[in-house]
Amino acid sequence: MQTTRSHPKSLFPVSTHYCGGCGHGIVHRLIAETLDELGVQDETIAVAPVGCSVLLYNYLDMDCIEAAHGRAPATATGIKRSRPDRIVFTYQGDGDLAAIGTAEIIHAANRGENFTTIFVNNAIYGMTGGQMAPTTLVNQKTETSPLGRSVKNEGYPIRACEMINTLEAPYYIERVSINTPAKIRKAKKAILKAFTYQKEGRGFTFVEVVSNCPTNWGLTPPDSMKWAAENMEPVFPLGVFRDKGATKEQSEAGEKK
Amino acid sequence: MKQLMTGNEAMAEAAIQAGCRFYFGYPITPQNEFTAYMARRMPEAGGTFIQSESEIAAINMVMGASATGKRAMTSSSSPGISLKQEGISYMAGDQLPAVIVNVMRGGPGLGNIGPAQGDYFQATKGGGHGDYHCIVLAPSTVQEGTELIQDAFDLADKYRNPVIILSDGRLGQMMEPVEFKPRPKADLPPKDYILEGKKGRERRIICSLFLSEPVLEEWNKKIQEKLMRIEETEVRYEATMVEDADVILVAYGTCARNSKEAMRELRAKGRKVGVFRPITLWPFPYDALGHMVQKAKAALVVEMSAGQMVEDVYLAVKDARPVFFYGRMGGQAPSASEIVQQVEKIFKKET
Amino acid sequence: MSQNKMPYIKIVTDRCKGCELCVSVCPKDCIVLDTEVVNVKGVNPAKYVGGCIGCASCTLICPDVCIELYKEEKTKKSA
Repeated sequence: MQTTRSHPKSLFPVSTHYCGGCGHGIVHRLIAETLDELGVQDETIAVAPVGCSVLLYNYLDMDCIEAAHGRAPATATGIKRSRPDRIVFTYQGDGDLAAIGTAEIIHAANRGENFTTIFVNNAIYGMTGGQMAPTTLVNQKTETSPLGRSVKNEGYPIRACEMINTLEAPYYIERVSINTPAKIRKAKKAILKAFTYQKEGRGFTFVEVVSNCPTNWGLTPPDSMKWAAENMEPVFPLGVFRDKGATKEQSEAGEKK
Repeated sequence: MKQLMTGNEAMAEAAIQAGCRFYFGYPITPQNEFTAYMARRMPEAGGTFIQSESEIAAINMVMGASATGKRAMTSSSSPGISLKQEGISYMAGDQLPAVIVNVMRGGPGLGNIGPAQGDYFQATKGGGHGDYHCIVLAPSTVQEGTELIQDAFDLADKYRNPVIILSDGRLGQMMEPVEFKPRPKADLPPKDYILEGKKGRERRIICSLFLSEPVLEEWNKKIQEKLMRIEETEVRYEATMVEDADVILVAYGTCARNSKEAMRELRAKGRKVGVFRPITLWPFPYDALGHMVQKAKAALVVEMSAGQMVEDVYLAVKDARPVFFYGRMGGQAPSASEIVQQVEKIFKKET
Repeated sequence: MSQNKMPYIKIVTDRCKGCELCVSVCPKDCIVLDTEVVNVKGVNPAKYVGGCIGCASCTLICPDVCIELYKEEKTKKSA
């Protein structure tokens, strides 16, 4: 009997500190499987954020640097410019990328840096105990929006894919989610595509993963997956925003006719 | 062969000659010539130049390039250096080499674009959070600037520590003859900590987070031991005519040049005056300075600030001799004649 | 078809946090929390109770990579 989905080589077989049911574990595994499939574990340099996944280097078996909060795209720029032959990626949460780090991600994307950013969006700050994030939904209650996020005081949730999609340079931008097995399969495809494009030197690739936070949402893990599907996906629509690679394939297919 | 260059451009060229191939920076007066020079010269040298979106991004790009073992630097001026403090603290905690040039300007806040020395505290006492020190080098001439910046890369690699070059708006913009002399290659330890992909070895992590308190303490002890070794071996200063001096002027950077001019004027009038010029502001030459001032009657500290290095001079001299201070602020420098006046006041007090 | 050619799963119970995501996605209710057992994490871990059809939903969603699916693969599927 064969096994399917055996433990990825790039992932240490250890317990993680993530809460039970947290999407980080799923995304880590998808990245690890991707790097295994591309055979690049030994050539990868990961840039860890500040947030729940600050300790991702305890789980991913590869060279890794811890970036300052929000600055991972700048650090990744320094690394990739120095070692364009390596696979470099940032892994960031909604505080890291959409609050303190908005400048760094926009400008790295705008320069078309040839690294991959995996953006895990769960509409809340997990590590610090459940404060409002830039991606928190209107009326969503958090530690710092106890009466629910109000448009008047706090504005609207930020859509990172849409923002990055206004820039010329990025090569591939997709938003996926991980709240059902079918969507996890799609998320894996997107992550694999992003890293494959990087390996081919095509430019900046960005995958936003609509995830969950059972602990700070106050829901059981299965309920949090339902909540994400029902409430987050309408605000953060899933899909491919840009795929410069696909356009070429499509036009080639057109020529073949 | 000597050529006329501005301080900013000469130091940029010297950085490239030291093997720096990664420059990340953001425009700010009075150091824009540095960034512009690098924009042209780095690609010529086969290196990477990025005008980053901010000074914050620049220092974090330096972190990335340095983590992969490359010589990387950034330059800025006072307010921009404030922005970099988090990144510098991170690099000190990571034990990563870096060279940061601060071409100081008037402050605090936006201040102005005149020369100043108001960032001494920031550079030598921390600047960023946590227990660490940057090595701080203060050139006084353009030529010395080119030599110290090359030393900076060697020191940064030798000790795996950020190094700050404390320049100022005058030094950055003045034009002086410079000669780029060949240097012997420094004997440096191998870079066994860098990230390059874990092929053939255990993976490496570069981080400053150590959640276990005892582990973080051990890490800090390692850093402190390193800093002590630097204090023991890397102190540099220049003492001019101090042996028989009654009053020793203590100044660094371009202020030392005004001070030397004042010293020459005073000597011509028969006043026994010398100049003590710290070159390393951290590690500060406490012992040498204390020893020399003890042999004299008084010290006058001259700075383009409200008085920052003067506190280290107090520490060096303790109660042994009176320590006076004279400073100008607002982007202005104490002139030689002002310094002469101050010294005359001291002599009059003595008699 | 002989019994041992049917797919089945194995669960690394030490890493299980009892989050029940696997329980919630299994189309055949093959997984329950084992109320007789408390693992090193102090929770009732997941337990396979038979009936697996090899859909791999549980292995896809388990955040702690606790579940291994054993299944005869006729054609090679990519992720």
